[in-house]
Amino acid sequence: MKFLSFFVLAVALSSVLWASSPLLAVEPGEMLKDPTLEARARALSKELRCMVCQNQSIDDSEAPLAHDLRVLVRERLKAGDSDTQVIDFLVARYGEFVLLKPPLSWHTAALWGLPPAALLVGILAIVVVVRRRRTTARAEPNLTAAEEARLSALLRGES
Amino acid sequence: MIPELGHYALMLALGLALIQASMPILGTRSGDPVLMSMAAPVALAQFVFVALAFGALAICYVTSDFSVLNVFENSNSAMPLLYRLTSIWGNHEGSMMLWVSILTLFGALVAVFGGNLPAALKANALAVQAWIAAAFHLFILTTSNPFLRIADAPLEGRDLNPILQDPGLAFHPPLLYLGYVGFSIAFSFAIAALIEGRIDAAWARFVRPWVLGAWMCLTLGIAGGSYWAYYELGWGGFWFWDPVENASLMPWLAGTALLHSAVVMEKRGALKVWTILLAILAFSLSLIGTFLVRSGVLTSVHSFAVDPRRGIFILAILALFIGGALTLYAVRAPQLKQGGLFAPISREGALVLNNLFLTAACATVFVGTLYPLALEALTGEKISVGPPFFNATFGPLFMPLMLAMPFGPLLGWKRGDLLGAAQRLLAAGMLAALAIAATFALVHGGPVLAPFGVGLAVFVMVGAVIDIAERIMILRVPLGAALRRAVGLPLSAWGTAFAHFGIGATLLGIVAVTAWGSERIAAIKPGETIEVARYRLTLDGMFDRSVANYRERVGHFTVRRASGELIGAMEPSRRTFPARNMATTEAALMTRGVSQLYVSLGDPNPDGTVSVRLYFKPQVLMIWLGALIMFVGGGLSLSDRRLRVGAPRPARKASAALQAAE
Repeated sequence: MKFLSFFVLAVALSSVLWASSPLLAVEPGEMLKDPTLEARARALSKELRCMVCQNQSIDDSEAPLAHDLRVLVRERLKAGDSDTQVIDFLVARYGEFVLLKPPLSWHTAALWGLPPAALLVGILAIVVVVRRRRTTARAEPNLTAAEEARLSALLRGES
Repeated sequence: MIPELGHYALMLALGLALIQASMPILGTRSGDPVLMSMAAPVALAQFVFVALAFGALAICYVTSDFSVLNVFENSNSAMPLLYRLTSIWGNHEGSMMLWVSILTLFGALVAVFGGNLPAALKANALAVQAWIAAAFHLFILTTSNPFLRIADAPLEGRDLNPILQDPGLAFHPPLLYLGYVGFSIAFSFAIAALIEGRIDAAWARFVRPWVLGAWMCLTLGIAGGSYWAYYELGWGGFWFWDPVENASLMPWLAGTALLHSAVVMEKRGALKVWTILLAILAFSLSLIGTFLVRSGVLTSVHSFAVDPRRGIFILAILALFIGGALTLYAVRAPQLKQGGLFAPISREGALVLNNLFLTAACATVFVGTLYPLALEALTGEKISVGPPFFNATFGPLFMPLMLAMPFGPLLGWKRGDLLGAAQRLLAAGMLAALAIAATFALVHGGPVLAPFGVGLAVFVMVGAVIDIAERIMILRVPLGAALRRAVGLPLSAWGTAFAHFGIGATLLGIVAVTAWGSERIAAIKPGETIEVARYRLTLDGMFDRSVANYRERVGHFTVRRASGELIGAMEPSRRTFPARNMATTEAALMTRGVSQLYVSLGDPNPDGTVSVRLYFKPQVLMIWLGALIMFVGGGLSLSDRRLRVGAPRPARKASAALQAAE
């Protein structure tokens, strides 16, 4: 599936990005000695976007910018920042675009609101339709007096 | 000469499409059977001319005719024949040619096999099909002509993007398009029914096999693309929530919902209005997918604005078809007769629940994919919506669906017995609980919720087995009788069980590999060893190899168990393609049961070491095996006699069988 996006990359953009010899995403040299800090860095990297790439986290991307950001995240962590502080630092520098999970705010309210809203509206629609069906079913006209008489006659076995 | 013939054939196809789009409709309006009967032969002729155009393009590729701009830009005479053929659809123009080829193929199939359809329905549906075809022929001819020539023909082509030179990609786009475009049949029949203002269970019976076929192709296409990304992109991810992936997931979700609601319509005459809407939506989402991928809007809203011709054209097609269809729906749907009452706890009720969650999940993917584009276009503000968003929203919608899934087939039509179904699923629940406990006891690390994911997957899979066991009454009647019942069981019941089992299997794979996959990244020298999970890999050495149109630097690894026992060798490499000056990573995979070892190489470092990424991917193959099982389930369902009767393939034989059955 991903290939179509590479069409777009390769056809619509250019192959310049790829002409530079690609490296591994996370390189051995970048990794921190402390495994807990490194694990935190990896987890953070998965939430951050490589801004020059198409929909890749800095953890996945081979672009030089992603490399710089990975190093930056690790430097902040080594300096003793908490996860939130690292995120805040990057958002202050690069804007919300850097976050792969946009925070809830007025301009993302529709984004976050729609999934639960879709479910609720669906449930509501089903309830309404079921109710209306039930009332129309009940409102089906009963038998007229003549029909009643004919029915009871039939039931008695006369025809 | 050949490309000109192809170009001309495509123009003739456009002319035929216009005739097919107008005459049959005039016929149904005026009740003229001659005009109505034009639809089928014209649809066949249109397909023949589109096939000729596609064939002409194929000849240009096979013979490496670099005087054709499209061939020059995307092919190379040094490539093997397979890739010269697949590069036809490895670019914008060629893939649009594939799109219309499949579209007209489906039109021709309806023309040939639609013998016992009501004449007016068939004529209208084929006309609608031709509207779509005409729009896309016009799109190709005016904005994406693959037959353009270059004055001075170059000696060599620019090569296909190396990342696409892979056997897995030979079949991925055609399968995906078969799925996308297959939904056009459901769409055309929905519009035809709305034009007539009449719809019944026979409609569902005719449309369902097409939807099923499209769904099968789409399932396999998505799975194939996912596996390709897994082994080709070099970091072992299988799903990225990339907009282009979402573009194929949305029609799949809507199509899955359609498949289920059409069952209700066919069996019980209920949910007609809803099924029509889903048929419209499934194809509309396919069109939106085409727009997203083809317009360049994904790379950036700005690049779309710089050269908007193609984008605007597809957007106009979208607006025309989706807007037109929904308007027609709004006008006509209230007039359609409602049918079939049912209690909330019933098979129908379960299928409504299925539709509720699938549609909500589809809406989630839709908003997540398009929201950033819309926000940037409207306010200029840029946000990113990536995997963390989808994991947080899509997951919670899909989990209840999976939990409810085993109950559906065990409930009766009209009024079901939930308690009875729960009792019959007791064994599945117990096995799931056992699986959760065992996972907690045996596997360490990973998210706390992961064992519950395993439990859910086990519940779904065992639930599917119980469904079959209940139907053939195994353990309750003698074995021979049970086997006879198994043979006599409708194939569609087997299909349901397979498809449901498959989705459980896929879930198991996803949970296991996400929660317990392990990774080692290191820079090593030849002779050094790295370990992951219970495996040890020694880098024996690096060597160079020259193949066809690329060179590669290969690392040779010996793989041993932790105990030292030799298992085999793995050879990941990095390839350089001189024609485009591009490099790709070729990961090496070793399958152990349904798990895999995965190695990919980085560039050599100045100090003589090479960067290596080593993964252990537990149960990873279950993801795609599950999709394969779903595909088989679809196939079983498709070959059910009931559908064969409904889908009038061998028209005469089928109607004879129908008479015999009644």
